[in-house]
Amino acid sequence: MSDLISQNLNMIFKTPKGETVHALKDLNFTLKKGELLTVLGPSGCGKTTLLNITAGFIRPTSGTITLNDKEIDGPGVERGMVFQQGALFEWLTVSENVNFGLRMKNNDPIETEKKVDEWLEIVGLKGFGNTPTYQLSGGMQQRVALARCLINDPDLILMDEPLGALDALTREKMQSLVLKIWKETGKTIILITHSVEEALLLGERLYVMAPRPGRIHKEYNLPFASMGLKQDLREIKKDKDFSAKREEILEMIWNMEEEIMGKEI
Amino acid sequence: MLTQIITFLIFFSVVGCILYGRRLIRTEKVDAVFGNPERALGGTHWVIVGSSFLLLIWLYYSWDIAKGFYPKSANELCQVGKVNDSLLGLKYQFPIEEREFKSTSQIKKENKNLEKLSIEIKNSTELDNEQKNILVSFIDKTNQLIPLLTNEDLLENETRQKIEDITGKINLLTENFQKPDYPFESEQELNDRLKAVSEEGGWGITKIDAGSGSIENTLEVPLVPATNRGLKFHTAAQELNLISDEFFKLRNHNPEFKNKIKEIKDEIKVYRNDLSGSEEIASNYAKNIVKIARRIEFASIYPPNALDKMQNAIVKFDNAQIQAQGGLRFIDIFLFPAGTIVASGPSCSEQGSGRWLPKPSDTFNKFILMSKPSVGYKDIPLLWIKMVDVSNVVGFILPDWIADILPGKYPVHTKDGIVKQNFKGVVLKVVTGDFKLLKVPVPYGHIWDSFMRVFLGLVFGIIIGVPLGLFMGLNRFAKGFFDPLIELYRPVPPLAWAPLIISVLGIDNTGKVFLLFMVSLSIMIISARAGASGTQLSKIHAAHSLGASKKQILRYVIFPNSLPEILTGIRVAVGMCWGTLVAAEFLAGTTGIGFVENVAKKYFQYEVIWITIFIMGMLGLLFDVTLRKIIDKTIPWRGKG
Repeated sequence: MSDLISQNLNMIFKTPKGETVHALKDLNFTLKKGELLTVLGPSGCGKTTLLNITAGFIRPTSGTITLNDKEIDGPGVERGMVFQQGALFEWLTVSENVNFGLRMKNNDPIETEKKVDEWLEIVGLKGFGNTPTYQLSGGMQQRVALARCLINDPDLILMDEPLGALDALTREKMQSLVLKIWKETGKTIILITHSVEEALLLGERLYVMAPRPGRIHKEYNLPFASMGLKQDLREIKKDKDFSAKREEILEMIWNMEEEIMGKEI
Repeated sequence: MLTQIITFLIFFSVVGCILYGRRLIRTEKVDAVFGNPERALGGTHWVIVGSSFLLLIWLYYSWDIAKGFYPKSANELCQVGKVNDSLLGLKYQFPIEEREFKSTSQIKKENKNLEKLSIEIKNSTELDNEQKNILVSFIDKTNQLIPLLTNEDLLENETRQKIEDITGKINLLTENFQKPDYPFESEQELNDRLKAVSEEGGWGITKIDAGSGSIENTLEVPLVPATNRGLKFHTAAQELNLISDEFFKLRNHNPEFKNKIKEIKDEIKVYRNDLSGSEEIASNYAKNIVKIARRIEFASIYPPNALDKMQNAIVKFDNAQIQAQGGLRFIDIFLFPAGTIVASGPSCSEQGSGRWLPKPSDTFNKFILMSKPSVGYKDIPLLWIKMVDVSNVVGFILPDWIADILPGKYPVHTKDGIVKQNFKGVVLKVVTGDFKLLKVPVPYGHIWDSFMRVFLGLVFGIIIGVPLGLFMGLNRFAKGFFDPLIELYRPVPPLAWAPLIISVLGIDNTGKVFLLFMVSLSIMIISARAGASGTQLSKIHAAHSLGASKKQILRYVIFPNSLPEILTGIRVAVGMCWGTLVAAEFLAGTTGIGFVENVAKKYFQYEVIWITIFIMGMLGLLFDVTLRKIIDKTIPWRGKG
């Protein structure tokens, strides 16, 4: 039973002006071990709030969220996180960044070193161990962030638009890397994205969220992620089914956006 | 000698570099357009021109070129100055450099005064008519004094004779002065003079006090004439002094004048004695009239043409002495810019830029002299090393209460009068430094003292300021609690605290270190706080989800993330501390580089002032360069994160 279970999750913020924002409303979902969930939605629909609650950075107003039958009430090692800008520690080298978690746990240095080398090879940064992180490109920084998160062997990996700031080519490579890691480690992954294509490509399951109040609008079970493990991602994009789903979701999001605009005007 | 060589070298390097630069401009690519920043690249030769130019100006305006090429010129100009000084009084009597005769201007002045007084009296509402009439009659009588002095017919033969005597003396002096062997010095006199010259030393010589070995004041310009030309002027000046004394003792008082002035004085005296206490105003007017009469009595007023011959004699002498100066005049004009050597009373001094702008040669000599630990300044070297037993250092660092808090009692003497040592006693000996071990070199001196004050103030500021600043950046309570305190004292200029702190904590190191601690504390708190509150939330989130504890996040994320801000803060704090320290040392103290400058100021030791300015600049630069190196080494990621 290593599932992520959310029950009646509610999150209400108060803005400094005194308005209340219903960021999440009655969120109920279950994520089984080893599933890859992508979350999509227009801005302000509570995607990041959901991720922050799951990571334990903020507490929900009401409702519970449990991982492995344990209620989440703070950040923990079993839930690793990858941020949009990498959030690397620029005063450390690549390998120091990667072994940060293990160092904090005072693990055996020699063993740690071995592990770091392994993970650097997996993410394709072999030989970059002593490079300062500020000298890396955006894609390489995200690889470091991935390795740093994975070396801790978390049960659940949370990704907050990890590929959002990358150029198209790097992005494709990183998407393959995410799939590869997912397959090899069998981790549960929640990935938040702005890109419909990315959500379709990577998501075994896909939630489209709607704003005001933040809720799950539609849920998909998709075959493309498992296809992507075997074949080229570009080929999948040409798939007819893929295009149809993409158009459908795009239309859905457009309608939501228009609704919001209408409300505001 | 060295100055001459350097002057030539600098001159030729300037000329050479300018020629080289011009050639380079001509051979440069034609397409170099105006506004292309590349045109400002390179150009070491212009750096040479710039710095040489600066040096040349320093050499020139400090009169070091004059000193290098004509070392005796100052002494000679001093003698010329003596002549000018003696001649001044006589010259002022005539329209030589003035517009009119001294007699004329004095008559004009007193006439005006009398007229003013008479109008005042006539318009006065507090005097009755009778008094007014009496006072006006006094004024009229005083007015009649002047013609008695200016009438040629009344000029006494005795006075006339004396004027002719003086004129004859001046003419004789002129005649003698032009003779090549004037002033007819004997062998004995020559030897005595040369001995005095060598005892006195040269221009700008530095004397060292025989007792303490510290630097005494510098002899600005030697007084005893060293050359024959100088001696000529020196002797002439002495003679002129006697002549002018004689002239100013002379009074043009004929019997008529004497009678008249006695009459006026007596009348006014009687009048004032008869006045009652309530008539003070009239009495005052009468007193003022007597004052004017006295001024007329003692002014050197002569008939219009009585002194013509004397005037001619003076002009003739003046021309003769200017002629005798010869090349010295050109040296004075060209090599003593913005001033000259002036004699006044018993001494000669540099008046102008040469006074406050010390000569490079003097400055370097004095700097080398001051650097010697045996000389230093005020018996303390600038920077030196002394051997100190380790025990002193240990005793200074370890507080004595370490021994007090140990269990047990200090040893007590027995009835046999023997003191048996115990553990607590031994510890006390250690913490008070009561033991002998080995000697280690410890630096000391003015520079070291200033440096240590800045260093200690800064270190205390960092030790307390950085943790407090980080705490304030992360905690609402800490921010709220400490903010008013810091914001209250921070905007006050540090020096405004100085008098208070110095009076409470003393003029020694404690007060200054505390002042600098205050300066650096606020800067460090603010920078550490900005660093802590500027940490990206995602980095803290990342550290949290990587399993770091609160302490670890502070140590491994927030602290390194604030390092750029903290180090920049240290750089600012060093600058502020340095400035504050020097000013604090001005206020009070017995050592330190600011103290040296302050004392030098009191004795007009311009060289020392410039040396301290130079040392402060170099130390400030050293601090800044060191910190910049440290910053580049420790936070290479700055601005790249």
